[in-house]
Amino acid sequence: MRAQSRAATLLGPLTRLLRGVRWYFWEISGTADYERHCRRHEEQHPGEPVPTRRDYERHRSRHREANPQSRCC
Amino acid sequence: MSVNGARSALPTPKTILIWTGVALVGAIAWGMVALARGEKISAIWLVVAALGSYAIAYRFYSRFIARRVLELDDRRATPAERLEDGIDYQPTDRRVLFGHHFAAIAGAGPLVGPVMAAQMGYLPGTIWIVVGVIFAGAVQDMVVLFISMRRDGKSLGQMARDEIGRVGGTAALIAVLAIMIIILAVLALVVVNALAASPWGTFSVTMTIPIALFMGFYLRYLRPGRVIESSLIGVALLLFAIAGGGWVENSSWAETFTWAPTTLVFCLVGYGFVASVLPVWMLLAPRDYLSTFMKIGTIVLLAVGVVVTAPMLKNDAVSPFASSGTGPVFAGALFPFLFITIACGALSGFHALVSSGTTPKLIQKESQVRLIGYGAMLMESFVAVMALVAASVLDPGLYYAMNAPAGLLGTTVESASQAVAHLGFTISPGDLAAAAHSVEEQSLIARTGGAPTLAFGMAEIFSGVFGGHAMKAFWYHFAIMFEALFILTTVDAGTRVGRFMLQDMLGNVWKPIGRVTWKPGIWITSAVIVGLWGYFLYVGATDPLGGINQLFPLFGIANQLLAAIALTVGTTLLIKAGKLRWAWVTGIPLVWDVSVTFTAGWQKIFDSNPKIGFFAQRQLYADALDDGKILAPAKSLDDMKTVVLNSTVDGVIMAVFLVLVTFVIGHAAVICVRAVRSVQPLPTAETPYVESTIIVPAARSKALVGASTSQAERE
Repeated sequence: MRAQSRAATLLGPLTRLLRGVRWYFWEISGTADYERHCRRHEEQHPGEPVPTRRDYERHRSRHREANPQSRCC
Repeated sequence: MSVNGARSALPTPKTILIWTGVALVGAIAWGMVALARGEKISAIWLVVAALGSYAIAYRFYSRFIARRVLELDDRRATPAERLEDGIDYQPTDRRVLFGHHFAAIAGAGPLVGPVMAAQMGYLPGTIWIVVGVIFAGAVQDMVVLFISMRRDGKSLGQMARDEIGRVGGTAALIAVLAIMIIILAVLALVVVNALAASPWGTFSVTMTIPIALFMGFYLRYLRPGRVIESSLIGVALLLFAIAGGGWVENSSWAETFTWAPTTLVFCLVGYGFVASVLPVWMLLAPRDYLSTFMKIGTIVLLAVGVVVTAPMLKNDAVSPFASSGTGPVFAGALFPFLFITIACGALSGFHALVSSGTTPKLIQKESQVRLIGYGAMLMESFVAVMALVAASVLDPGLYYAMNAPAGLLGTTVESASQAVAHLGFTISPGDLAAAAHSVEEQSLIARTGGAPTLAFGMAEIFSGVFGGHAMKAFWYHFAIMFEALFILTTVDAGTRVGRFMLQDMLGNVWKPIGRVTWKPGIWITSAVIVGLWGYFLYVGATDPLGGINQLFPLFGIANQLLAAIALTVGTTLLIKAGKLRWAWVTGIPLVWDVSVTFTAGWQKIFDSNPKIGFFAQRQLYADALDDGKILAPAKSLDDMKTVVLNSTVDGVIMAVFLVLVTFVIGHAAVICVRAVRSVQPLPTAETPYVESTIIVPAARSKALVGASTSQAERE
């Protein structure tokens, strides 16, 4: 906790803002999903090799194929 | 109905002071908007009035719904937590999910409806957008999101079947599909009207296809998963394509990209089919990214533009057409037709499909339903207010020259100028030509559908901030392009969703067609869906009476009938959960929505005025046809036959919608009565309670624990 708050005061507000923006874009675009998936994979199947990014994205697009999402007007 | 329970913590003086301030500023702004007569007011007042109302509604009413009505419980695990699989179910940060949800609900709807409603002046539209969203639209989104979340993210149709019964549920499913077809057709028609005879627009919108394909290949083969990177490239190429449109416009290629409405119809239908059968990574997914980023960017830009330039509203507060009901953009009186013309932005049933789709599976904590369901809809409403502002900064003469049907305006600047004068407004032929020239369009006459008008308004606002007059044409085509982008994304996704629904339904009758991997099944069902909306699109593009004028009411009514189904399901579930005393929260908007849509539907079917009633119109033209006469704006006997056919089809469709929705409501009413009478609560499909283990920092969940003072606010 202490280390975190010290880090927060050391960072300029601008840097923090940029980090926030980067974080948001990474999350909302789904770029961050792969790393999350790898972490989950490690936890649930320790020792097994994690899927490559390419495989992960293919798997995801196959899934999207079968689960269309409505976009509103 | 005691509200201040024992749990209430007293608000601090500071909070009271702040919220009194917000209420005062909002009230002053409303006063400025409503009471200014005979003098023009600044658009800022509309924006402030809306924002003040949203803040109060969010702080008090949505909190009341969260705490008292839905009883959101952060100790209860959400489906995202219980069923987490990293794909469908995934607890997602609320700010990220807000962005996803907003991008999924907001499209071209809140942009074009308010533009048309500007015919009645800016005041009625603004009041409906703000009041409608607070008490109906946002409530619907929040409640549907909640009930779907409590049922592991089931769809609206499925919930209707589970909770109302098979007949009512099936009627709901068919209604959802039918309504979607009409919505897709009308949205596509907006694109056709925006691109017809506009080489600049056509070129830049066409370019979005190769750009999306490139992004698709980039994400699949070159740099998998680098969405931001590819989207930045995509947006850059898109801006380049808009600029490129300007060169095409002034080059020998202009001819190649000048397409007639019917050509565009066939292109769109072909495109819709291809997009529905191609793998999603090629076209649909990259397009979706592009559309999302453009959406957020443009909306921010518009907000900045309105605030910085603070344009004056040239539209009347309440125009003469509000009371006479004889406006050229859409026929009929303020009640009910204003309320169906502005559907998205105030109350949009389509949102119920999104709120019962992906979003409920991603919610981390129950209390976040408030931000995501209620909050995102407030934001869409704000977009609608800005669209109304953009339409209202235009000179009314120009507005009517752009939005009245071609049959009324004729094809030359002189005839249009005369027709506008006949409506009681003025624009000289020279000014009309100059306006078209300023955005480098061949003509602005009868560019119905809302998109060109909005684009022109936005170009006026944007060019006031960035780039001045020289950039006006660029901004106009920028706005056209992003509207077309939204709509095409909706059409892509809608065709696909429709195809899956159809496969699902037909799968019950004939197994193979339900299989989502059987290629011929995919082709057949895609072709059926595309054919259905394509038919209405073609009808709209060739209608002698002006397709938008005929079909837009159908669109608004369809969308709000979907809302009626969603609110019916919501009310039924509240009653089934033993919350009869809170049933008014969805019950009042339901009663309002049903009275609006059924009155409008009734008038569309039975009104004796041929401008309003489809069958009266049919009769008028059929009688004339029998006598061998041709009634303007029809130009030939073929036109006459088209009118007769179209008005018959439109009238029948309207009747079918009303019957289906009546069915759903009737069945739901039976269930409600049974639930009220029953000693034991009726069974519901709600998933049982499981304790949550996700810990969210206290400050975040605190919002729901404090006092609720919603009672006072409701009045």
